[in-house]
Formats: sequence, C-alpha cells, structure tokens
Amino acid sequence: MPSALINVPAKAKRGDVIEIKALMSHIMETGYRRTAAGDVVPRDIITSFACRYNGSEIFRAEFFPAIAANPFISFFTVAKESGKFEFEWIGDKGFSETASASITVE
Amino acid sequence: MIAFRAIAVRALVLISVLAAFATTALSVYANDIPPGERRSGYGFMAPDTKAIQDDDTANPGMLWVLDGETLWNKKQGASDKACADCHDDAHTSMKGVAARYPAFDKELGRPVDLEQRINLERARHQRAEPLAFESRDLLALTAFVAEQSRGVAISAGEDSQLEPFVAKGRTLFMQRQGQLNLACANCHDDNWDKRLAGSAITQAHPTGYPMYRLEWQSLGSLQRRLRGCIFGVRAQPYEFGAPELVELELYLMSRAKGMPIETPAVRP
Repeated sequence: MPSALINVPAKAKRGDVIEIKALMSHIMETGYRRTAAGDVVPRDIITSFACRYNGSEIFRAEFFPAIAANPFISFFTVAKESGKFEFEWIGDKGFSETASASITVE
Repeated sequence: MIAFRAIAVRALVLISVLAAFATTALSVYANDIPPGERRSGYGFMAPDTKAIQDDDTANPGMLWVLDGETLWNKKQGASDKACADCHDDAHTSMKGVAARYPAFDKELGRPVDLEQRINLERARHQRAEPLAFESRDLLALTAFVAEQSRGVAISAGEDSQLEPFVAKGRTLFMQRQGQLNLACANCHDDNWDKRLAGSAITQAHPTGYPMYRLEWQSLGSLQRRLRGCIFGVRAQPYEFGAPELVELELYLMSRAKGMPIETPAVRP
C-alpha cells in the first residue's frame, strides 16, 4: 500500500514563490545487493517523477539507484492561478502512483 | 588547648565519616544522568535532521503512521473485527498508551511491549495470526498507536508489579558483555557527551520508537535498535521478543520518565 505525503500551501498570493514537497513510500532497491545465497536482489526503484500545474508540466526528475528509500522531492514554482497540482511517480515492476493537491490563488 | 584539639579531631572524624557515607550513598547512582541534563536523541542531531522530524510532510515515519491508520480500520482474523470495532477512534482511545509501555500482562505474568501487545490483541480478540517482528504491518500499527501519544510524558514502569522487571533491565544495562566487554552504561551513562566514530553517543532515551533511522532507510523498533547495539559490542543478540529485550526496554522507558513521546522520531 504505497502512500504519498504532499505539502502544497492551501492559499497563496498571485506571483508568490511557493515551495512544493512530495514524499513517496518506496524501498528503492538498488539492484546491486545480493542475498546470503549470492543471488542478485532485482532492482526496484522509482525511475521518474513529474508534477503538473493545471495540466502543464512544471517539474520532472529522473531517479537512479543511488537515491535513498522513500524519496523526498522539494521544488519551487510561482503561484499563477487557482487549481490543482498533480504528481506522478513511475518505477520498476509496473510501479505507478499519483497524488494531487489544490491551491487557491488570490 | 588539648580539649580544643580533641574537639577539632572529633569534628574532622565526623566530617570524614559523613563524606564517606555520602560517597557510598552516591556511588550506587554515581553514573546516572542528572535529571537536569537529560536530553532526547533529538537534541544531539544536526539542524537538517531535526527539520525532517519536525515537518510531518517530510518525516518518512509518517508514511507508516498513514498505513497504520488504514490497518486500524481493517477487519482481520477469524472474528472479522478491526481494532476500531473495539477501540473506536484511536486519536482519543490510544492517547497516552505508548507512554505507559512496556506494561504488565496479567495472563503472561510479565511485561509486554507495544508490538507484543498488538499481537496479543490480534490473537485474543481478532483471532488473527501474529504479525512478524519488524514487518511493515506491525511497525505501521505500532507507529500509528504510538503517534497518538506524541507530547505525552513517559510514565512506564510505575505499576508496582513491574518492579522486579525494571530491576532486571537495569542489571542488564549495567552488565558488561560481548568481546568488547562493554555495558550499555559505559557509553550511555558515562560517555553520552562524547562521540564514537564521529557520531554522538546520546543518552539512550527511547522517546521516539518506532523511529525512522536514515541508516536503516526504514522505520524500526526499539528491539531492533537494542539488537544493533548488542551486536556492536560483539555479543550474541537476544531474539526478537525475548524477555531480556523487553526488560531492557522497560528499564530504558522508566529511566526516561517524564520525557515527551516523539513517535515517529527521525534519527541518523
């Protein structure tokens, strides 16, 4: 049961620079580790993250095995209009999760 | 003159006797941390790590708390009951519970910690299989229950039935063990203001369990932490759920009496 924690300010003034934080539950298994028997533990990581603000993409990141478990992403954007932030994480083994948060811009 | 000297000598003898008595009385607790100097592991952390714990949307431990809330309301076991069916809203019913654990279980006649309590409730009331120690589900439920006590002062060990078990835990804390021949107290009572391989030693107050350790990249229990320390002094760790570990947990919690619960804490 993967869960996400999103932090977007509920309200902002038009033109404000706002911080967006997104935390996703994931083990981020590197693919370099081996079991006691010597078998490789298969890679299982998030490979990409994207954030859309009212439909247009404002942030995208590629993830690699060196990123720690439960990746936490924080970035800034300008509050232009009221609406919705949509977040998407895609990864190995068909991992695909979404989350969203609304903002009121005055 | 002679009389004066006799009085002086007598006074000196009295002072030295008193001093000797004071030293003996003190020596029992000589190494204990003075109450005014007690600090949670939080107080030893760098500002960046503190910031992770302080923000509930940045604290990865909250992911387990969220999962725990889902499990709290999920019907399980042969009796098809959820925790919420008996305990209702955990935000009120579970407030302060974690601050009292480990607590005495009448049927078993010994203390059980919060993880063991959850498994006992599963067995007795939900008639469900016990969850494995350190499994995601058990950590999630424990974290969810313990998070309800955030800010509540620790009061574990007040039950008089627990006295012999607190004493056993204390003995184990003071006992040298392993190839390095170190007792817990050698670091956490005597040298908590120093560093070991660059890391703060800390005072071993279990205020935030289950906690997210950046080193583990996961939430983990106090028993996991204790096993890590025991392995560190190159002794044979007790199995998860062993009475010795619970007694140690109990002693540490009673030692941290009055300190606020921080679950889910973040530590390096």
